[in-house]
Amino acid sequence: MIGLCLLIRRDLRLAFRGGTDAMMGVIFFVLAAILFPFGVGPDAAILPRIGGGIIWVVALLAALLSLERMFAGDHEDGSLDLLYLSPVSLGQLALAKAIAHWLTSGVLLLIASPVLALLYNLPSSAFLPLVATMALGTPTLSLVGAIGAALTLGARRGGVLLALLLLPLYIPVLIFDAGAIDGAIAGRDITPQLMILGGFLLAALALAPWATAAALRQAIE
Amino acid sequence: MLHRFANPARFSRIAARVLPWSTALTGLLFVAGIYFALFASPADYQQGDTVRIMYVHVPSAWMAMGAYTFIAVMSATSLIWKHPLADIAARAAAPLGAGFTVIVLTTGSLWGKPTWGTWWVWDARLTSVLVLFFLYLGHIALTHAFDNPQRGAKAAAVLALVGFVNIPIIKFSVDWWNTLHQPASLTRLDRPAIDPAMLTPLLLMGLAFMAYFITMLLIRMRADLNAARARALQLSAAE
Repeated sequence: MIGLCLLIRRDLRLAFRGGTDAMMGVIFFVLAAILFPFGVGPDAAILPRIGGGIIWVVALLAALLSLERMFAGDHEDGSLDLLYLSPVSLGQLALAKAIAHWLTSGVLLLIASPVLALLYNLPSSAFLPLVATMALGTPTLSLVGAIGAALTLGARRGGVLLALLLLPLYIPVLIFDAGAIDGAIAGRDITPQLMILGGFLLAALALAPWATAAALRQAIE
Repeated sequence: MLHRFANPARFSRIAARVLPWSTALTGLLFVAGIYFALFASPADYQQGDTVRIMYVHVPSAWMAMGAYTFIAVMSATSLIWKHPLADIAARAAAPLGAGFTVIVLTTGSLWGKPTWGTWWVWDARLTSVLVLFFLYLGHIALTHAFDNPQRGAKAAAVLALVGFVNIPIIKFSVDWWNTLHQPASLTRLDRPAIDPAMLTPLLLMGLAFMAYFITMLLIRMRADLNAARARALQLSAAE
């Protein structure tokens, strides 16, 4: 447990001292979402209807951006080998990396999403569901993303490969996120969608670090 | 038992002996299946001759899921028992499975136009099969993404097991979500909801597809083993 906290603290410190790197994901998130009104036209009838889905799709892509570096830096300078030899298990390392990734990307997306909801004229009834799905969905993205980051460690064209591996796995999360926001706009009860998202999160929390550890072991040996 | 076939040379010998028979069997089953599917089976009272698309569509759907399941089992075998042939089998099966998935999607699209009136709907089963196609592509890409083929094989094995969650979703998507694609007519607790005259060609084609998969798998695995041997010989000749 102490090891887990130390690892998270180390990653957060690296992220903060790295300066703008952590902000790049959010800037991309806002910028990419702003492109859509230019593409489909600023029609006040269309934007609120597609806004929830677009914000989520862009959030997926923004989360992908920073995933590639999750283990790569440690792999290149050899600290991953030292962490492998340390008493902290690979599963804990994977969990710590996923949590640190969420704190440096998911939380920022969570904070930025209401601003985008304003830009898309989403009705006020959709704000809380949007933030709730973000809070439940983005940790799942980080946990599942850790598997992809570990699998593509040392691969040629890792970034594109990562997108190819992870986007199909992200589709279920996207379906229920967008479903919850649509339901909230239409005035339906969205508890089932939130429960399913919570279920995804719990399943990912239990299984993803384990799969990430298996992938990391292949990468190190 | 498992490690009796771990020797690549022995595997190659057995495969060479099995191949002529499995090739002949594939041809025979295809001839019989196509005859029954095109000539000796009735047209549907509603869909007319369009229903014959089923004899390609459904077997390739079985094989698309079956090949992924095979890859997942081989991946588990490779990760748990480090069986040397399991990686090769998984690597050989992935493009075949991707091919079956392409056949399912295109024949489904061709079948959907006259019967549903649209090439594509965002129905649960169609979408999950499309996801399966991208899982295959990811598996193939990851296998070849590393300079060290061993590393690619192990990474792809982990990916195949992670992606396996999609298979039950495909299988039960038509039961869980009541969408346009019809529910299963064969694997039911009571008797199959399909006429025996149509069941015969369907099962024959199913067997033909399976025999084709096994034959191609053996050919691809042997080619892979031979390529590895050729590489090793080249390296030793260069020294």
